[in-house]
Amino acid sequence: MNNNKVLLDIRDLKTYFYVKAGTVKAVDGIDLQLNSGTKLGLVGESGSGKSTVALSMMRMIRPPGTVQGQINLDGVDLLKLSAEEMRRMRLSQISMIPQGAMNSLNPVMRVKDQVFDGMIDHGTNWASKKEREEFLAELLRIVELPPKVGMMYPHELSGGMKQRVCVAIAISMHPKILIADEPTSALDVVIQRQVMETITRLARDMNLSMILIGHDMGLMAQSVDRLAVMYAGHMMELGDVKEMFSDPLHPYTVALIESLPILGNRGVFKGIPGIPPSVINPPPGCPFHNRCNRMMPDICPHKAAPYKEVRPGRWVSCHLY
Amino acid sequence: MPPLIELRNVTKVFGGSIKDKDTGKVTVALDDMTFVLEEDFPHIITVAGESGSGKTTMLMLLLGFYEPSAGEVLYNGKNIWKMDKEETKDFRRNVQAIFQDPFAVYNPFYKVDNLLSIPIKNFGLAKNKDEARSLMESALTRVGLRPEETLGRFPHQLSGGQRQRIAVARALILRPKLLLADEPVSMVDASLRATLLKQIRDLNQELEIPVLYITHDLTTAYHVSDYILVMYKGSVMEAGDVEKVIRDPQHPYTRLLVNSIPWPDPNMLWGQAAEVVRGKSITENRGCKFANRCPHMTNMCIQSPPPLYRVREGQVAACYLYQGSSVIERADLSAMFPKREAASVKS
Repeated sequence: MNNNKVLLDIRDLKTYFYVKAGTVKAVDGIDLQLNSGTKLGLVGESGSGKSTVALSMMRMIRPPGTVQGQINLDGVDLLKLSAEEMRRMRLSQISMIPQGAMNSLNPVMRVKDQVFDGMIDHGTNWASKKEREEFLAELLRIVELPPKVGMMYPHELSGGMKQRVCVAIAISMHPKILIADEPTSALDVVIQRQVMETITRLARDMNLSMILIGHDMGLMAQSVDRLAVMYAGHMMELGDVKEMFSDPLHPYTVALIESLPILGNRGVFKGIPGIPPSVINPPPGCPFHNRCNRMMPDICPHKAAPYKEVRPGRWVSCHLY
Repeated sequence: MPPLIELRNVTKVFGGSIKDKDTGKVTVALDDMTFVLEEDFPHIITVAGESGSGKTTMLMLLLGFYEPSAGEVLYNGKNIWKMDKEETKDFRRNVQAIFQDPFAVYNPFYKVDNLLSIPIKNFGLAKNKDEARSLMESALTRVGLRPEETLGRFPHQLSGGQRQRIAVARALILRPKLLLADEPVSMVDASLRATLLKQIRDLNQELEIPVLYITHDLTTAYHVSDYILVMYKGSVMEAGDVEKVIRDPQHPYTRLLVNSIPWPDPNMLWGQAAEVVRGKSITENRGCKFANRCPHMTNMCIQSPPPLYRVREGQVAACYLYQGSSVIERADLSAMFPKREAASVKS
């Protein structure tokens, strides 16, 4: 929240997949704004559509999937760009660390070549070999890796180091926005913390906007400024992270926060009964109504709740408000 | 009566012979571990640690999937590697496990019924099909699933949480005397995690089945278990009452772990995690295994491994910081897990 310029403005994003069983409404009309220099957490259960939002932003949804709506990045609607223009945007303007990225490093390429690969493709030239090596050393330094890692192969690195290499690749061209999809899900608690601290420090130092995708509310509480909660392809609530935890408005957010293990109240378990609805030909009404403890039978099962700003910067989609 | 299951001075090494244990050439996954568990022990003990701590090795040894490099695994006082066919069958029935990956335990070509009907058949639990069916149904109901929505389906038609609950139901059908749960909720969605843990807790309380909960997630460990065993590189670092260990960890390693927990509270941010990085193995496999990363390392730490000091009632730590305290033998570790009469934890 260093300044109030809206960097990313997503409007009515709909990502549908047309399959034999029907239409999978993976993302069903979400709006999302992100200011520059802000870290946004996007949480939801598996199947809630959070990764699909990220892939839609990267224009990496393939048929039978379709993307509709607007994704404005710094005034440019990504969905209107040609394939070649979009290719130029990736890495240089909008960059992503996909889920399980560390297992997708090329096992037979040195780390430095994997870092340079995308940059050279995007037209980066270095005056001399020395300059290129200096650039690499500096890049590795900011992700807290020793320079010798550049000459190594992925199998020589630990999980935490591989993840740092992925971060280095993602920020190598100084993008405006970084999307990290569960960047620490395969790491131990101590390493997870170290990697997250590096990522959040980078975001601060480089004034980078970041979208952190995950299901770990604890990690979100530690790392982000704003929190968005998704459920079955819909945006349920969005607000400042402290407010979201201290005063959750949507019954789903309330239940999600109550289900978390906190210090104190040991042995009290508050799960959310039921399971999420199918996103294939979803029923009308609020997607959470069949698990909601404040469901209003007259309206909730029949009409989807509008997504509206209930107070400045705080959005919620629920008939209660 | 002999205890239900016992690890007696068990060591497991990988990549070489036990003779090379102190040379650093082999990986010591579990180092001279002694651990005793009695029957009808209505408590959950967490075995916690990072990857490489030996927690999964311990599980594999208890299940008889790995043979110890040294020491013995005893079931009802008998070495599990020397039991006859009948005894092995009894062991297999009474020691059950729930694994981490709720996808991998199913054969995708068979209906989920298979997972439940095979143990019924193998152990002759039902006289006929109807009886088998009602056994399956009651076990599923017990874990909060509706049998009509579950039976007859294929694994890919169910969610991860449902599949994991069927795995719990399968263990339940056999009425085991010990349940080993290896990261049972790490691949389950947040909203279903609490429900699944509560079910494991309820089974443990109502049927008095001891549960070993193996995890790296200290937040769920804190909620579900009564006692905790913190492991690092095959050795116990700290053990005791979970409330004491998590709230007020004494060993520098446990402190590092606890300070790294991302608590879901934006007002309770990560504290200072004290860790230093020294070069490769300064202890030459002789001293405390954590010395390399420990901010409090002294000369003593690299000479010989610290014993378990009783830092307070119900809590021990293997660290020379507590030299003034009395020592308990590693073999008597299980004394740290007394059976309490009434369940101390509300459910």
